[in-house]
Amino acid sequence: MGSRSSGETMFKILHAEFLAPGIKRFVIEAPRIARKQRPGQFVILRIYEEGERIPLTIEQSDPERGTINLVVQSLGKTTNLLNSLGSGDSILDVVGPLGKPSEIEKFGTVVVMGGGVGTAMAYPTAAALKRAGNRVLSIVGARSKELVILERELRAVSDALMITTDDGTYADKGFVTDKLRQLIDNGTRIDLVLAIGPIPMMRAVADMTRKEGIRTIVSLNPIMIDGTGMCGGCRVLVDGKSQFACVDGPEFDAHRIDFAVLVQRNGMYRTAEQKSMGDFQHDREALLEKIHAEQAAECALPGGGR
Amino acid sequence: MTQTANKSPNPLSLKERMKVPRQPMLEQPPLLRATNFKEVNLGYSEELARQEALRCLECAKPACVTDCPVGVKVKEFVELIVAGDFMAAAAKIREDNVLPAITGRVCPQEDHCEGGCLMGKKVQPLGIGYLERFVADYEQRHMDLRNVKKASPSGKKVAIVGSGPSGLTAAGDLVQKGHEVHVFEALHELGGVLVYGIPEFRLPKQIIREQIDYMRAMGVEFETNVVVGKTVTINELMEEEGYDAVFIGTGAGAPQFMGIPGEHLNGVYSANEFLTRINLMHAYEFPKYDEPMLDFRGKDVAVIGGGNTALDAIRSALRLGARKAYVLYRRSEAEMPARAEEVKHAKQEGIEFHMLTAPIEFLSEGNGWLSAARCIRMELGEPDASGRRRPVPVEGSEFDLPLAVAVIAIGTSANPLIQSTTPGLETNKRNYIQADPMTQRTSRRGVFAGGDIVTGSATVILAMGAGRRAAKSIHEYLSSGQW
Repeated sequence: MGSRSSGETMFKILHAEFLAPGIKRFVIEAPRIARKQRPGQFVILRIYEEGERIPLTIEQSDPERGTINLVVQSLGKTTNLLNSLGSGDSILDVVGPLGKPSEIEKFGTVVVMGGGVGTAMAYPTAAALKRAGNRVLSIVGARSKELVILERELRAVSDALMITTDDGTYADKGFVTDKLRQLIDNGTRIDLVLAIGPIPMMRAVADMTRKEGIRTIVSLNPIMIDGTGMCGGCRVLVDGKSQFACVDGPEFDAHRIDFAVLVQRNGMYRTAEQKSMGDFQHDREALLEKIHAEQAAECALPGGGR
Repeated sequence: MTQTANKSPNPLSLKERMKVPRQPMLEQPPLLRATNFKEVNLGYSEELARQEALRCLECAKPACVTDCPVGVKVKEFVELIVAGDFMAAAAKIREDNVLPAITGRVCPQEDHCEGGCLMGKKVQPLGIGYLERFVADYEQRHMDLRNVKKASPSGKKVAIVGSGPSGLTAAGDLVQKGHEVHVFEALHELGGVLVYGIPEFRLPKQIIREQIDYMRAMGVEFETNVVVGKTVTINELMEEEGYDAVFIGTGAGAPQFMGIPGEHLNGVYSANEFLTRINLMHAYEFPKYDEPMLDFRGKDVAVIGGGNTALDAIRSALRLGARKAYVLYRRSEAEMPARAEEVKHAKQEGIEFHMLTAPIEFLSEGNGWLSAARCIRMELGEPDASGRRRPVPVEGSEFDLPLAVAVIAIGTSANPLIQSTTPGLETNKRNYIQADPMTQRTSRRGVFAGGDIVTGSATVILAMGAGRRAAKSIHEYLSSGQW
């Protein structure tokens, strides 16, 4: 470990597989987190010494095996780098479970909506809501057929599953809000909507349900650093007041969120993020080689690895 | 001539000592250091250290010792410098202070050891902080960690929550009593506020790593990435993981905002976030490090506040290339809580101090980015609860200060993570943990707390003092079994 002033352990990737192009599921050894995780919570990870810290919602965990699952979509440098790693590789730091768990109780009929990779985050909550005795109607949306994920898993915990693709290559052409509109227009009694996905999707759902007076929960993913309420970088405007997504969320009442401010703040580092991504595409192989070499050195030390 | 002086290795008479000027600290020139993150102070040479040590009057009742929150035996270690035995001087400091290279750099000596120095009443106080730093750095260059002694095991296990100054101090004292000490840290790097709060130019990360390596050599175990209250609770540590006692030293942690319009604008930061990006995440080294930072070159930046954190933030902004760098403080310079040396350094570097000034709104030109702060002038009224004169707004004095970035450094509040997950742990009205000021005991048997999570924002050395008292009291509890 030399003079690195961190702890002794890295977090081993036991298994990794692509669920769809650019969307990968990881099974990671993290016994302490696995023991405590509940649906809706997240981890913050840092892949290597020079890496940034990013939050990722935990898809599910296995307390017996001591593992957590993460489903990651390649977006910027860090997620692309993570999705370049596989079984046998390690992640330098994983901390959690962070944030408040989803509110799970018997609401009645709950519509669970997942947009893109958000489906993976909606799935564990849908399962928990089903176990709590709710009627669960799930709506999943993706850009096209190959990006529809967790269909089988979600179907197993849903009373009904509706799927939309933007381009109509699978199931119904359209957006998840079209399906929600149909449910509302058919007179379906909806006690709660849970929507997890890209901000425009969550915002569109919130706009629709606000008019109908249907309580709606969204899971937010603003820029974060520590994840423990220390930095305030992830503050979101809720009813005009600052709340921290890391400790007060990540789930919030969609009708009280200022989505415009969320979009604005998430764009704060766009220029730097684009530079990072450009550099990464250029130096991808060299960076991977460096990370592999560092991990090998780490594991060779007594007390290193797991 | 007194008896003490006769026994002392110091060849100078008291009168001669008074004539030796305080030896200056070597430092990077202001205009150069304002462009880099390297340490400002370069340290004493052996010659300068011995020369400075000669100034000690060796008082019979040294105020420097009684004024030190951890009771460093200043007179004795300074005598050892005069005698030329720097390793013995280091060992003497370590009897009371496990982090000498850190306190030598960041302690507000003027409020403690140097504040009470008799020399300071006549001329300038002895440079105790500079001497402590010299001795600690000398030790680091000459010691062998393999020679660090380990105490014989007591069979008791103590969990320390947080690896900041109070936790490290408690850990160091307890491991020397033979207890098995395990430190849990929420972040990926050890050191707490020393790492995420204090910039490289004031406290290099390498110094913290060396102090922690020393603690490892003493037998302290560390585990990063554990958020106590989330990853594991205090109850689980005691009931399932077998810890006989727990010390909570998590710091205050939660940033305070001003509650004025526009705080959500891009370009408005809490000092905690701004400094964490720079210090913990190395954003000033982007793109070598991935954590991004805004481009400060040619931009005008202000910090709001007058403490060390405020100065750390604005001096960092200057080093990132800011064109104008302002300190906006609602009181006058006399009330600024920052260390005197930092104020001096900041002014030398070209930071502009705007006293008796407070923002009342952050303005934008409609694109979501900060463009200016609307400020109001203040005047000082009657003293408030803190004993400082209360700032009162001057009606009609509003003005707009163009800014691209504003950093809010007006203090912190208690992070509730542990309080809300530890049944029976009593807190005060502001949600800080209740602990006895002498024993650091909380309302929960076997649970102790100290530092900012008990007192609210204070200094590194005061947190270390609390860690020290807690260690003593934990040792008594573990030895006697009596609560």
